[in-house]
Amino acid sequence: MSILPPPPERIDHLVEGMTLLDPSAEDGLLVVLPHPDDESFSSGGTMALASDAGVPVTYLCGTYGDMGRRMGSPFFATRESMRDVRERELAEACEILGARYELLGMRDRMVEFEDRREVAGRVREVIERLAPSTVITFYPGHAVHPDHDAMGLATKLAVEGLTKRKPQLLGVAVGDRQQLRALLGPPHVAVDIRSVRQRKLDALRAHRSQTEMMFLRWAKQLEEDEQTKAFRQEMLTVERFYRLNGVVGPSG
Amino acid sequence: MGPIDLAQVQAELDARHDRDLYLHLETTTGSYTALGPEKLPPVIAFVRNATVRFDRAMVTGEGPYRVGLKLHGGWVYAQGLTDYTVNERGELLLAGHDAEGNLRVALQLSERPFRE
Ligand SMILES: [Zn+2]
Repeated sequence: MSILPPPPERIDHLVEGMTLLDPSAEDGLLVVLPHPDDESFSSGGTMALASDAGVPVTYLCGTYGDMGRRMGSPFFATRESMRDVRERELAEACEILGARYELLGMRDRMVEFEDRREVAGRVREVIERLAPSTVITFYPGHAVHPDHDAMGLATKLAVEGLTKRKPQLLGVAVGDRQQLRALLGPPHVAVDIRSVRQRKLDALRAHRSQTEMMFLRWAKQLEEDEQTKAFRQEMLTVERFYRLNGVVGPSG
Repeated sequence: MGPIDLAQVQAELDARHDRDLYLHLETTTGSYTALGPEKLPPVIAFVRNATVRFDRAMVTGEGPYRVGLKLHGGWVYAQGLTDYTVNERGELLLAGHDAEGNLRVALQLSERPFRE
């Protein structure tokens, strides 16, 4: 049974008031998030569209994701094998998305307890080396998982500390859509990913230890409520971001 | 990793008594419980690479199982353990999984530090 729904013909209602971003027009795309699989969920389509157009795409991943509770369904990983399992999954997902990856090697869950300026400095070095035109990270304070918030904050500090050309900084917000809109307004930027939805799905599937359960549930379509279906349809149709350049928020 | 066999796990524990060991002890609800229907805050705790030395160790229960380690001057306890393995590094890994394969609790002992 295919879990890939046909793409909607119109996306106007999903991108109302947002600027459409064309990833193929970028000079370089850098995605900075803490866990293997964050990249595929949040921006897999954007990454695929950019790399297909020859834009260099790098995923700078903060941790090995080695404290996750998902071990596969049925479980096949242990706490100690998790690190290697997830790096292999990350390599496969990045290959599908046409991206290269680098790891900062922090311990999963511990990002917020590292020295914020040191982490920001390491991110800044990578930005200076790769000189991307756009950097994607989590929206600090609106990303649910403490690692997400901390990585978003470090990346925001890294960009603010750049002395030369600053890239566009885009933030991924996580959580209840309505609540986020009430707090932050609608996202500023949207990417139409309909043409690469299968790639995004394949990249998600490559993160098998984390997504196997989700795919099992999706396959049992009968049990799904309308909200779940709408969520899946949307995540395979558009990726939406907030512009973080100049946003006042938690800082160093 | 497979279902706990009481006799085998007991033997693995006994083989490690009165030696300096590195402990990994963890319990987790996962990070996303606040997004669930009950909006519960996550509860997660872990200790990694604390050193322990025990006089007595016991695995017990009808499954899921409990393990208690009587230290020189303290205790280590875990409940809800379902599976175990001794990995290629000789580390004893005990874990409790839910029906979907998610980790809920882990108790691990190693003679060398676990990877940081
Ligand atoms: Zn994450």
